[in-house]
Amino acid sequence: MATDKNTVLAIDNLTMKFGGVTAIDDLSLHVNRGEIVALIGPNGAGKTTAFNVITGVYEATSGGVSFGGSPIPKGITPDKITKLGIARTFQNIRIFGSMTVLENILVAKHMRTKQNVLTATFRLSRNEEKRVRREAEELLDDQGLLQMKDEIASSLPYGLQRHLEIARALATDPQLILLDEPAAGMNPQETQELAAFVKRIREKHGLTVFIIEHHMDLVMQISDRIYVLDFGKLIASGTPKQIQTNKRVIDAYLGSVEEDEPADIKPSALNAKKEGAVNAES
Amino acid sequence: MDYLPYLLAGVSVGGQYALIAIGYTMVYGILRLINFAHGDIFMAAGLIMIYLCTALPLAVSIPLVLLITVAIGFVIERAAYMPLREAPRMSVMISAIGVSYLIQNLALYLTGGLAKPYISIPWISDTITILGATTRRVTVITPILTILLMIALILLIKKTKIGMAMRAVSRDFDTSRLMGIRVNNVISVTFIIGSLLAAIGSVLYFTNYTAVVPTSGQMPGLKAFVAAVFGGIGSIPGAVLGAFLIGICENLIKSGGGAWTNFSDAFTFVLLIAVLLVRPTGLFAEKKIDKV
Amino acid sequence: MNNIKHRRNKKILTAVNVALLLAIYVAVFVAEQVLPQTSMLFVVLKKGSIYALIAVSMNLLNGFTGLFSLGQAGFMLIGAYVYGIFTIPEEFRQSVYQYFDGGVIHFTVPVVIALVMAGAAAAIFAALIGLPVLRLKSDYLAIATLGFAEILRALFQWKIIGPVTNGSNLLRKFPNFNDFNIKGADGKVAVYLSTLIPFIVAGICILLIVLLIRSSYGRAFRAIRDDEIAAEAMGVNLFKHKQLAFVISSFFAGVGGALLAMYQMAIQANAFTSAMTYEILLIVVIGGLGSVTGSCLGSFLFIAASEWWLRGLDGGTFLGINAPGIFRAGFRKVVFAVIIMLVVLFYRKGIMGDSEFSAKRIAERFRRIFMKRKSKIEVVENE
Repeated sequence: MATDKNTVLAIDNLTMKFGGVTAIDDLSLHVNRGEIVALIGPNGAGKTTAFNVITGVYEATSGGVSFGGSPIPKGITPDKITKLGIARTFQNIRIFGSMTVLENILVAKHMRTKQNVLTATFRLSRNEEKRVRREAEELLDDQGLLQMKDEIASSLPYGLQRHLEIARALATDPQLILLDEPAAGMNPQETQELAAFVKRIREKHGLTVFIIEHHMDLVMQISDRIYVLDFGKLIASGTPKQIQTNKRVIDAYLGSVEEDEPADIKPSALNAKKEGAVNAES
Repeated sequence: MDYLPYLLAGVSVGGQYALIAIGYTMVYGILRLINFAHGDIFMAAGLIMIYLCTALPLAVSIPLVLLITVAIGFVIERAAYMPLREAPRMSVMISAIGVSYLIQNLALYLTGGLAKPYISIPWISDTITILGATTRRVTVITPILTILLMIALILLIKKTKIGMAMRAVSRDFDTSRLMGIRVNNVISVTFIIGSLLAAIGSVLYFTNYTAVVPTSGQMPGLKAFVAAVFGGIGSIPGAVLGAFLIGICENLIKSGGGAWTNFSDAFTFVLLIAVLLVRPTGLFAEKKIDKV
Repeated sequence: MNNIKHRRNKKILTAVNVALLLAIYVAVFVAEQVLPQTSMLFVVLKKGSIYALIAVSMNLLNGFTGLFSLGQAGFMLIGAYVYGIFTIPEEFRQSVYQYFDGGVIHFTVPVVIALVMAGAAAAIFAALIGLPVLRLKSDYLAIATLGFAEILRALFQWKIIGPVTNGSNLLRKFPNFNDFNIKGADGKVAVYLSTLIPFIVAGICILLIVLLIRSSYGRAFRAIRDDEIAAEAMGVNLFKHKQLAFVISSFFAGVGGALLAMYQMAIQANAFTSAMTYEILLIVVIGGLGSVTGSCLGSFLFIAASEWWLRGLDGGTFLGINAPGIFRAGFRKVVFAVIIMLVVLFYRKGIMGDSEFSAKRIAERFRRIFMKRKSKIEVVENE
């Protein structure tokens, strides 16, 4: 695939095998600067695995990922990839539960703070610490979390924890943010707010967004383009309109959903299924 | 230089380590817990034997020792580990360290800090000659008994209902519970078997030594654990194999004499660290992928 | 407005904390001049402060970074030996190293430098073994560090390096805490400093650890403890930070080992057993994993209970009950171990949980009590 200047993320012929199981089979896709691109598909299609390969949690069996035009070297650790400018959230929330809301953000700022262990211990980098704190508080303010900055993160309600996770990802100063089911467990109104929010952070931070989501109305509403995975294979890609009418996509979803389901992609049924899966995993 | 006596001693002590190692490997296989108190149970069995023998004939003491040790193992599991079933793994490990501390201090108190001379058991302590090397009968009995017990245990795990339950529980607590397995009972059985073997090992082990002190269990315990790791934790034949290897190696090192004796203990840990370097989760251990 | 008030409150609370700490140091100094030197209090204060440092260093690793390491005794051993080896005055070397012809080292360094060297040696060793060991997961890390400590114990008794370590013989006659007492012209001690010195050294070290924990690096450590995968995804280099925590913790364990040597006035590798590590771990647990003040309180309580308050349990009479049959040598430690088990089982968070003892906490406690009383009064009035 041509790596044009606009391409932020490119996945080329990526295959990921776990023992005998092929989780991702020869996947190629790309995300352009400033786009919101969604990755959808039935459960177990390999979406989160794709995220894990991009962020370096797993090492691809074959194929590769490029970011900003240059390939990400194989075997580099997730923190280095974050440093390159890719941030992520997790499907099952992974905030730092025993730390305060503000500290959660500050951890994400840690790698971009100019200091070493001595200057930090002996408080020689006070200005850096002040700068970082200010930026963190701005981020929290943006998320409406500022007044609870000193709360212990695990005591926040579920929805706010999701917001905190996004704020934390933003704190790493990313160019590209990977959101893994940010609307999971949210009610329709919260989902609407999230849609607006995702669009807003794209504008404000000049971000590119790559999102896994099961709430189809959210996906259709915010995405510029959509990729559909099924059993690790890319079965379709295109604009929301194209995807909604794509025969293979409908088949893939129907194959995994009860028979009496109508032909269009019903978010509710998919969501219900997904929630069960989340609980089983945690 | 004649290595045969060292080799024989190595095989013998290896068998004794194996009997302890099985307890470690089984408990780890089911609870994912390094039972730091296991070596101390082994030591306790030694002390109990000494105390019992002052009042009772050997034929009564030996079965009684096995019984009491089993009871101790059972009680420890119920009192110190079961309440922490849902707690983080670190808490259970700390509890195990606490139990180890308690047993050692209790032993110190009861013995008044004096080394208790171990009784000489007739027949198995007798001197015999094999291939020109003089040794005790226990040297020959140990490996044979160890292998027999190992085979019996493997049969138990492979062929019986409780064995099947053990295998299931080691895979997944919750699913086993849903299948109607009484997880706590299975865990208790594991501790009972482990303690029984440790008690047998103790009787064999201490006949080679003059006395038991409260810290007598630590080194054999740690070495047995290393054997279990070496053989792939959770695998019974692996643990036995590892134990024989460690027993033989450390005795061959001792044959170097002098300064090397210090290192026979350290060798075990060199081996452990070497193994962990090659395979961070131990040899033969299954690879687990963390879910993200 | 609120912010300014908040900041002012914070300043007041910090001042109160500092004042409290200073008061403790002054009290230690005064007590030392006034009370008889044989008082058990000084044993508790000296050993307690040393254990506090070691416990805090272990807590940095086990409580704050979530690395379950059991190598503390090994690092203390290194520290103790390095201190001893480089501070024994030349005139005593012949008698100390009597089996090794006076040893091979024939110079001494000042105590302060020796303390730093003790820490540095432990830190360097930690850096070396950190490379392989820190890749291991929880319990394997525990057993591997325990293994290294055991190897060290054997290694330091090895005859071949005896000219340096004195083999399995004692190292002694190096400067100890009593050497810091200031003597008057008559040769009698004018100012006692033997308790204040370990307090000061341990205090400085603990302060450094606290500063570290409260810095950006400390936050990264705690993030690793809470969730390794998330921490890595937020750009925290796992290995680098684990290594850092491991090395720093070992540094202070080394200094602690040197202090312990000064307190005991003799060093023997065989004393640095895994049981020693277990004791320190239990102190950390009693105090609360993830609480520095907890570790300090835990240390003093542990030492006071085991060396002083429960002594009667060993000596025949305890709390006025005379039962020499039960209260004999070793009973103290049994009772003690039972107490520890009770804490581990039923009071898992320890004394402090993962919070800190400070003026703020006391203030909040009082406020809460006060508020409760006030609301009770209101209730009464309403009735």
